Amino acid sequence: MSRYLTTRLGYSLFVLWGALTIIFLVIRIVPGDPAAMMVGPGGTEDDVDALRDRLGLNESIPVQYGRYLGDVARMDFGDSLWLNRPVASEVASRVAATARLAGAAALIGIVISFPLGIAAALKRGSPLDGLISVVSLLGQSVPSFWLGIMLILVFARQLQVLPSSGSSGWSHLILPSVTLAMPLIGVLTRLVRSGLLDVLYEDYIRTARAKGLTSRSVLLRHAMRNMMIPVITVIGLQLGNLLGGAVIVETVFGWPGVGRMLVDAINQRDYPLVQVAILFITFSFIVINLLVDLSYGLLDPKIRVE
Amino acid sequence: MQSARSSDRTPDHATPSGLGASSGHGQPNRIRRFMNAGRIRIFLWALPVLLFITAAFVGPMLVEYNPVTVNISARLEPPGTALADGTRAWLGTDQVGQDVFAQVLQGARVSLLVGASTILLAGLIGLLTGVIAGFHGGWIDVVLMRLADIQLAFPSILLAILIAAVLGPSVLNVILALALTRWVTFSRVARAATLAARERDYVLAARAMGANSWRLLIHHIIPSTIAPLIVIATVEVGLVIIAEASLSYLGLGSPPDQPSWGRSVANGRDYLNNAWWISTMPGLALSLVVLTIGIFGDRLRDYLDPRA
Repeated sequence: MSRYLTTRLGYSLFVLWGALTIIFLVIRIVPGDPAAMMVGPGGTEDDVDALRDRLGLNESIPVQYGRYLGDVARMDFGDSLWLNRPVASEVASRVAATARLAGAAALIGIVISFPLGIAAALKRGSPLDGLISVVSLLGQSVPSFWLGIMLILVFARQLQVLPSSGSSGWSHLILPSVTLAMPLIGVLTRLVRSGLLDVLYEDYIRTARAKGLTSRSVLLRHAMRNMMIPVITVIGLQLGNLLGGAVIVETVFGWPGVGRMLVDAINQRDYPLVQVAILFITFSFIVINLLVDLSYGLLDPKIRVE
Repeated sequence: MQSARSSDRTPDHATPSGLGASSGHGQPNRIRRFMNAGRIRIFLWALPVLLFITAAFVGPMLVEYNPVTVNISARLEPPGTALADGTRAWLGTDQVGQDVFAQVLQGARVSLLVGASTILLAGLIGLLTGVIAGFHGGWIDVVLMRLADIQLAFPSILLAILIAAVLGPSVLNVILALALTRWVTFSRVARAATLAARERDYVLAARAMGANSWRLLIHHIIPSTIAPLIVIATVEVGLVIIAEASLSYLGLGSPPDQPSWGRSVANGRDYLNNAWWISTMPGLALSLVVLTIGIFGDRLRDYLDPRA
């Protein structure tokens, strides 16, 4: 296990380094001068140059790159140009808000898609199966920014039962988390259905039935357990999409998370803040996938040995 | 389509499915073979997709749209209103009196253009890198596939947002940003197909007969990657259209004077109380297009790869 752990940890570090490098390249190498963009059309040549100095953009690219990696390693992300204070302080509260939103969405997604997927697999080919497959396809097809606005239209404006924006209480969490959960519900329902169908006709299931176990016990103890590895992998990958989707959903609902901060920072041309928001979301995604990979070892003893 | 083509070819190039190999002279037989039940069902789901493409091409020619005209007397009119100039606003008008239906047709154009170009560009990058990685192996394979791993560490919309934000809003930049985030899937699929094809008997035979690498690639390897790439393309095109609309919604997609579905939905956000149709209609069009493309893709995949 410890060797597996080290290899996997080393790999995560490598991917993190690669992601850092891509962010650096996109922001620094792509044509266009971030300093000129930040100063805007109203600024003078001197303003631009002063800002270039402050951001260290007048150094050579390798020097900038080295400094950048050093800053990240020390968790020193510089000052936000727009808020005029260290970005790190701003991020902490934003992270908590995004985690709450993504956590609620993941929970909703899992709680809804498992029963749907199981029902579809057990009633394979029935009208219910067809209906569930349409629902899951809809979940994947309807863009979340539009779904969010439609939910606001119905529940906040017409029925006036839920708030359309803000983040103070539980009621504020409902619409954004349901919106964010929809694509997850679409993907997971399909996956649970196909995963269950794969194992349902295996010999060990037939044996369990022959022993006279109840359908419920066969389903929960034998079938479900064996389909969990692919399902957990996809949940891990989907959590990344959830973090990406949070950018859109937070913007629609005015939710004060990292994603909303990213969009605001882009509109303000605040590159240090853009950088830290993207770094943070990417870092979370890498950590989540690391945890998912490590959880295989707990679920399946065979993987621990390899 | 494949059977129709393979019957024109010499026998040794015929597809192994045997659809074109059975005897069958005369026109009726050929038509029946071509239009079997499975194919008809696939083509039925392609109809809404074709309707979308036609609307994108022809629609803006039939329904006039001028991005700079403002018609204050006809602003925020509900769907079906007869306007002063004698036309009818079937989907209503927006906050400056623009016809929502005309906007939806214009938006279809952007969606189709970005969707098709992105898939083409990403598919081409993926095909080249995937085939090279799979065929050559060695350090090229390692470098390309590690690069793919790193890219998958970003939630894809995030990288697109970053690239689009740095490049600035334009349709071309959106295509670039989305293609740079989407090539990975194509590359992996092309690589897997290449690895499988490389060991097939007919490729080994061609190699034994002295075919050089270029000949192997162009005549044997690349053709075998096309079917899986098309299946992936039908899945990805819906995702790309949603991603384009999301970027436009955030103001990072098409420029302000070019109506796209995402931008129109964002415009209607402030008028939900008195003009629900501004946001609803473009989003409805978007959802329907992505949904039918999704179903079409599913059917196509079931047909081309029954094991999945």
